[in-house]
Amino acid sequence: MSDIAATHDGHAHDHHDADHKPGFFARWIMSTNHKDIGTLYLIFAIFAGIVGGGISGMMRAELAQPGLQWLELFSGATGDQALHMWNVLITAHGLIMVFFMVMPAMIGGFGNWFVPIMIGAPDMAFPRMNNISFWLLVPSFILLLGSSFVSGGTGLGAGTGWTVYAPLSTSGSQGPSVDMAILSLHLAGASSILGAVNFITTIFNMRAPGMTLHKMPLFVWSILVTAFLLLLSLPVLAAAITMLLTDRNFGTTFFDPAGGGDPVLYQHLFWFFGHPEVYIMILPGFGIVSQIISTFSKKPIFGYLGMAYAMVAIGVVGFVVWAHHMFTTGMNVNTKMYFTAATMVIAVPTGIKIFSWIATMWGGSLSFKTPMMWSLGFIFMFTVGGVTGVVLANGGVDNYMHDTYYVVAHFHYVLSLGAVFALFAGFTYWFAKMSGRHLSEALGQLHFWMFFVGVNILFFPMHFLGLQGMPRRVPDYPEAQAYWNDIATYGYLLMAASMVVFFVNIAYAFMAGRKAEGNYWGEGATTLEWTLSSPPPYHQFETLPKIG
Amino acid sequence: MKMLKSALIAFSLVTAPVVAVAAIAPVTAPVVAAAAKTTVKAALPDAPTALAPTQGMGQPANGQIGIQPQVTDLGQEAQWFHDALLMPIITVISLFVLGLLFWVGVRFRKAANPVASKTTHNTFIEIVWTLVPVVILVVISIPSIKLLAAQYKPPSKEAVTIKAIGNQWYWAYEYPDHGGFEIVSNMLPDAEAIKRDEPRLLAVDNRMIVPVDTEIKMIVTSNDVIHAFAVPAFWTKMDAVPGRLNEVTFKVQKGKEGVYYGQCSELCGARHGYMPIAVEVVSKANFAKWIASKGGVMPGAVKTVAAAPAAVVAAPTPTLPAAPAVAAAPVAATK
Repeated sequence: MSDIAATHDGHAHDHHDADHKPGFFARWIMSTNHKDIGTLYLIFAIFAGIVGGGISGMMRAELAQPGLQWLELFSGATGDQALHMWNVLITAHGLIMVFFMVMPAMIGGFGNWFVPIMIGAPDMAFPRMNNISFWLLVPSFILLLGSSFVSGGTGLGAGTGWTVYAPLSTSGSQGPSVDMAILSLHLAGASSILGAVNFITTIFNMRAPGMTLHKMPLFVWSILVTAFLLLLSLPVLAAAITMLLTDRNFGTTFFDPAGGGDPVLYQHLFWFFGHPEVYIMILPGFGIVSQIISTFSKKPIFGYLGMAYAMVAIGVVGFVVWAHHMFTTGMNVNTKMYFTAATMVIAVPTGIKIFSWIATMWGGSLSFKTPMMWSLGFIFMFTVGGVTGVVLANGGVDNYMHDTYYVVAHFHYVLSLGAVFALFAGFTYWFAKMSGRHLSEALGQLHFWMFFVGVNILFFPMHFLGLQGMPRRVPDYPEAQAYWNDIATYGYLLMAASMVVFFVNIAYAFMAGRKAEGNYWGEGATTLEWTLSSPPPYHQFETLPKIG
Repeated sequence: MKMLKSALIAFSLVTAPVVAVAAIAPVTAPVVAAAAKTTVKAALPDAPTALAPTQGMGQPANGQIGIQPQVTDLGQEAQWFHDALLMPIITVISLFVLGLLFWVGVRFRKAANPVASKTTHNTFIEIVWTLVPVVILVVISIPSIKLLAAQYKPPSKEAVTIKAIGNQWYWAYEYPDHGGFEIVSNMLPDAEAIKRDEPRLLAVDNRMIVPVDTEIKMIVTSNDVIHAFAVPAFWTKMDAVPGRLNEVTFKVQKGKEGVYYGQCSELCGARHGYMPIAVEVVSKANFAKWIASKGGVMPGAVKTVAAAPAAVVAAPTPTLPAAPAVAAAPVAATK
């Protein structure tokens, strides 16, 4: 009897503060609530991150020493089939981290959770479309993972690299695996386009009274710019991979010189998407870091308009620099000079952002909680990744570093130490807001320092390997490259150990974490999510807030 | 039903040549190459002794952190640009940002500065941090554009032309100026490389031989998927794209005879990591000797001798032009 009474009480309590949460199936499978969908995206991204990170562990194990140690075991095959497995690993790692970890977490996860709240809206503009955006990702991920178990030509799985260059991806990869990977990208692309439409509509039409564009938090600005990049670039990817599909299956020759096509055309189409894509991955990170720096400096962001329009500028210029990924394809000298100059231009708005963050801290009253540490790490590591980008931008220099480990180091500095640092910053900043429970500050700091040291030991030596000429995407290397590869492996181990701390921290928060109040960061946290309880009510802002 | 049937026929018409080409392509080249080898060997002068690689030249060295030593003028210019201009600039910028972060972190920590200022604008400083990077980029871009222009300077008429053809997974080198013979270059197995005291994964059975102090005009293309011809010590990297003839020139400085290694630098399938490039730079006299040993002729010499081997080794070339003819059919069929 008392049991029933207790249940009834709990039920009544739910009704009181959380206004009609639907049952489990309706709530999580047919979800239309932006916060629930955001949570689904975050869980999905964490799962994909574990898979993608596990794959990088397999690659690091193989690269730990010269010679082949693991590929035969991983693939269960020998000879070329085992070597093909290597290409499957690099392909899967790249695609998973880009399409199923960083993008879902940044845009689907934090974007869904906080864009509506930050602009004072009750939900996204198209809640059902929001739901299909998420649920398209699941079959997409299944297709990609499934592609590893069917023939991709030489062996099982798609071994084309995440760039899926023709003709390796067409005549070079018989079997259904690459078709599955292409369809996976189609679904992920459709998911992102729908999401982008949703964000643009939400941000343009659902801002609370008084929330003008020039008063929007920078995180919302970053998602707005990102959504436009997605909307404009993804259809080009869809076109490119559709042409791959018809080249593969229906006898077209878009990328086959034998029929008047050109493999380089594919690269132009891919990178017209691919370069904006790298900004898609980093811009929301800029937004997150801006919020956090401001909060922990107890100061409004310095040069707000410059910050917002720097992101717009990065987005615009990001569309006219794509061929710097193709400096060695044999382009003519004028084209190469143009893309060299255009690429370097991006350093200007990026510099504005770096210095504006520092100026935000200048004169502030800084506290160094976990999210702030991740943000500071982000600023420095992104700077390092940015300046090696300036080196690579020079077409005449790039033909030394192109397709070497120098490039691998560069893009891991901006992504694995840039975008991922921003993700951890956002996660530790908003976790208690989303869950209602605090993470442990001590474990958070431990995670940060281990991860920070680990990834630097892992990726910094890759600059040296690249300058010494080690090409990307090779499973083995001459003995003369053993030293730095060995060092990198220790970095990986430290990084992997830090992830254990991260997951222990999450478990701790759910089991024993302190309950979080509405604004647990105090006076520096001024955006609208901090006016709500932690976690926020199931439906917020049914009466729109007025922004002064 | 009829439509379905004709669609199926059309489909098989479309796919058949592709399959056929795919089946023939990998087989043809090695067979012809083997034939070339046996034809040539019979009554030709001996090749000069192969050079041994030098430690620290033309190959990576353990624990090193910089660019491989450059042996071309262009490579040294590029290396100077990187080492003397780019590296100092990016190091200073990174340390400057790091220093600022530390300074701000210490000076404005909560304990030292309990009350935050409310400053959010300073037009002057914003203009400074926009314009200073612009100036830095202009300083970088001038030598950068100059370097590009130099790299694209067309070679002189005396340049030696060599055609590098990427195949899954080996390189073939044609010498069209010397009778058009072809060298097929496969990676040496580990044991053999170690036996010859060459680095594993970089050593090849037949090196590409070039004369020192001579412009080499490389024509780079591929028979199957995209590869990339790369030799770090020459600052040379050029994609080998099927259906395209890419051109790149290098000239190894006087006195820099030796062996220089590179690796395929575009993902090309299972054995992408196992199709190295080894360039042996020899004296002009030894180059002529080597050409003779392959049955070729130096330009200007009487060309009668060249006819026979040239005819044999020229054979692989038709596999590429032949493809369009075969595959042109399906395009018509689908219409």
